[in-house]
Amino acid sequence: MHKIWAIFRKDLLVELRTKDTLNSMLFFGIVVLIVFNFAMESLRDSIRSAVPGILWAAFIFSGTLGLNRMFAAEKENGCLQGLLMIPVDRGIIYFGKMLAATVFMLISEFVIFIFSLVFFNLTVWGEIPYLILVFLIGTLGFTAVGTLLSAIAVNTKLREVLLPLILFPVVLPVIVNAVEATNIILNTQDYRALRLPLSIMAVFTIVFGTISYLLFEHVLED
Amino acid sequence: MIEVRGLTKHFGRFSALRGLDLTIGAGEFIALFGRNGAGKTTLLRILAGLSHPSSGKVDFPREAGIAPLYWRGRIGYLSHNTSLYIDLTALENLRFYAQLMDMPSDDDSLFRRIREVGLAGREREPVRNYSRGMQQRLAIARAFLHNPDVLLLDEPFTGLDQAGSEILKGYVSDAHAKGKTCLMAIHDAPLGYEMADRLVVIDKGVVALDVAASALSLSDFQQKYKFLVTKQ
Repeated sequence: MHKIWAIFRKDLLVELRTKDTLNSMLFFGIVVLIVFNFAMESLRDSIRSAVPGILWAAFIFSGTLGLNRMFAAEKENGCLQGLLMIPVDRGIIYFGKMLAATVFMLISEFVIFIFSLVFFNLTVWGEIPYLILVFLIGTLGFTAVGTLLSAIAVNTKLREVLLPLILFPVVLPVIVNAVEATNIILNTQDYRALRLPLSIMAVFTIVFGTISYLLFEHVLED
Repeated sequence: MIEVRGLTKHFGRFSALRGLDLTIGAGEFIALFGRNGAGKTTLLRILAGLSHPSSGKVDFPREAGIAPLYWRGRIGYLSHNTSLYIDLTALENLRFYAQLMDMPSDDDSLFRRIREVGLAGREREPVRNYSRGMQQRLAIARAFLHNPDVLLLDEPFTGLDQAGSEILKGYVSDAHAKGKTCLMAIHDAPLGYEMADRLVVIDKGVVALDVAASALSLSDFQQKYKFLVTKQ
């Protein structure tokens, strides 16, 4: 457990020094919001119904950017081979990187969400605990798969293009249910209906997280 | 004893290793020679567990209670990739690896390690500010951090100045004197001849020459080596 934490702390420390990944994620996510803000000008009166989709589009695009940078940093100076020399199950690396990706993504989601409140003139006080739950489970589902696929894509020349191509189809169940759950919270407030999308996302996270953990060892070696 | 049997490794159509056999005795120091692309780095990477062979096998000694996975923790690998995070300081880099290797990660222990490689006073500087030679020195500290039993060194003197080279020679000689097994890929024939017990030349993915250093003079070895690498 402390090794997972050490890997996470290392990524956090590097990020605090460079502010490279988070800045890119935040900037890109906010740009997505701005684009949709202007694109949906004619639908201003019914914008709240579109907000769940817009939010998760911003989250997913910025999250993909973050995942791309996550393993790119390990390729520099052959740092990945240093991690591979550690005498532990290589799934430990997976969990450390997944934890870092999740935290970075949650931080960017928080900031992007604040901006969305301003852009789309939203008021969401009572809904916040439910939104936190949906964001957390949705993000875990995304990073559970994204961490594995990012490790695959990093060894290719076209990783910026390849990662979204292979990631988006796989995480589609998470995205669809996350948008549905966010829509329930923001627009219907029928919280009993949250059970199904949350359950689907949780099961997806557990199943694909387990598969990713088991496959990770084989992805890293050449 | 480490047994390498029938090792092959393909990268697409290119075969880096073609059925290589090699026995590495416990406590031996083997200098690996060969032209660029001969398969030296590929062999070392497979031994280090960084690459899977296409076929063949590597057998590490099976000692009671030591699972094969944990041989990874008993190997020190040093290559021209330093495996250092350039945005972290020397201290932070070593602390990170020490924590992962379950080694002492207190400041005193790490400061001592950094001093031993001649980087005293630069502990809290980001590695990004280091010269290539300084990074390689820190990489030496990283590779030897966990007192490995097997040293896999891939052209480790690359980028090192005279002082740095002496530090590395000291580390490696000291480890060899303590009975550690060393496998070092090197282009410098006199240096490899001086340091090693055994001289192995790899050519086109197989062992072309395997001889004890004491069995022939340096000039004889250089002649044989030159013949092997220049023949078509």
